Amino acid sequence: MTNEELIEYLIQQFPEATVVQGTQFVEMTVMPESLLESAQKLKSANETSFDYLICLTGVDYPESIGIVYHIESTKLGHAMVLKVKTANREEPVIETLTPVWQGAKYHEREVFDLLGVKFNNHTDLRRLFLEDDWGFPLRKDYVDDVRIIER
Amino acid sequence: MGIMYKTNYKVNDYPVIETYEGGSIILTQLDAIVNWARSNSIWPLTFGTRCCAMELMAIGAPRHDFARFGFEVARASPRQADLIILAGSINYKMAPVLKRLYDQMAEPKYVIAMGACTISGGPFFYNSYTIVKGADHIVPVDVYIPGCPPRPEALLFGIFQLQKKIRHEKNFKSKKMKLVDVKPVFDKK
Repeated sequence: MTNEELIEYLIQQFPEATVVQGTQFVEMTVMPESLLESAQKLKSANETSFDYLICLTGVDYPESIGIVYHIESTKLGHAMVLKVKTANREEPVIETLTPVWQGAKYHEREVFDLLGVKFNNHTDLRRLFLEDDWGFPLRKDYVDDVRIIER
Repeated sequence: MGIMYKTNYKVNDYPVIETYEGGSIILTQLDAIVNWARSNSIWPLTFGTRCCAMELMAIGAPRHDFARFGFEVARASPRQADLIILAGSINYKMAPVLKRLYDQMAEPKYVIAMGACTISGGPFFYNSYTIVKGADHIVPVDVYIPGCPPRPEALLFGIFQLQKKIRHEKNFKSKKMKLVDVKPVFDKK
C-alpha cells in the first residue's frame, strides 16, 4: 500500500490513534494501554500484515520516555512507524511486544539497559551491555563524575 | 667512564652509557646476544578490540609483512606470547580481562599502545562513559604509537622502537665488590 492508502486504512481501523505522515514513513502514535492490541492487529490484518520488526528504540522526552517501533511487511513491501509514550519518567513501564514480533526481545533488553524502561511480561528482562549497578546512560540527565569528562 | 659526549645528535639518537661497572666485556657481549635474540623474535598476542585491529591485520598481510622481522608467530594464548599490541580502545568491561591477560604473560613481556584510544582515550576522551582514558591506567606501556589508526608503517616503526628498547636491557647482575665502610670526612665526632 502507498502511504496515503495506509493513512486512510489506519485512521479507519484505529480511531484513537494519531496518524501522521513523517518524512519517509507513516507514523502512528498510540496509547500505552492499546499498544499490544494495535500491534497484534497490524500483524494479523491481511491488508497490512506487518510481520517484521526492523528496530525498536527509546527516546527521552522531557515528561516521558517514548518507544519507537519501525515495522515492515515482507509480503506487501510497505513500512511504517509505531510510536508510544510512557506515562512518566520515574517509573516507565510498557507492555512487551515479544509475543507479536520475536525480534523485540533483545531490543527491549537494550532499552531497559540504557534508558530504564521496564517491559511487562518480558521473559528475560536483564541488562544487556552494562553492569547491574550502572545508571541509565542514554537519559539526558545522566551524570557520571567518575567516568565522564565533560566538555 | 660515564656518558660519552656527542656534539650533534641526530633523530632517534641516544647517549651511550656504560652498562656495567668496570666495563665487563663478557657480560655486555652476552647481553648483546640475548637482547638481539629477544628483539628479533617477539611473538605478539592477537589482541585487537577495535578499528586499530585492521591495521594490525595489515601488518600481518603480505604488503607490510611483519614476518620478516620475526613477529610472524602471533599467538592466541597469552602464556606463549611476549608482546601485547593493544590495538583498539579498552572498555570498562574489557579492562579486567586485559589485566588478566597481562598477568598471564611470562616475563619478559612488553606492551605497545597503538592508536589514540589506548594512549589517552582518543576521540572518546570527552563525554564517554565506557572507554578507559588510556590503557596505561591498566597495564604498563612501553611504546606509544599515535594515530587514529596509525598507518601500518607507523606501527612497524613503533615495533622497531620497541626492538631498540629491548636491545638496551640489562639482563645479568654483575657481581659488585663489597663497598668498604667509609665514614664521611666532615662528620667528625
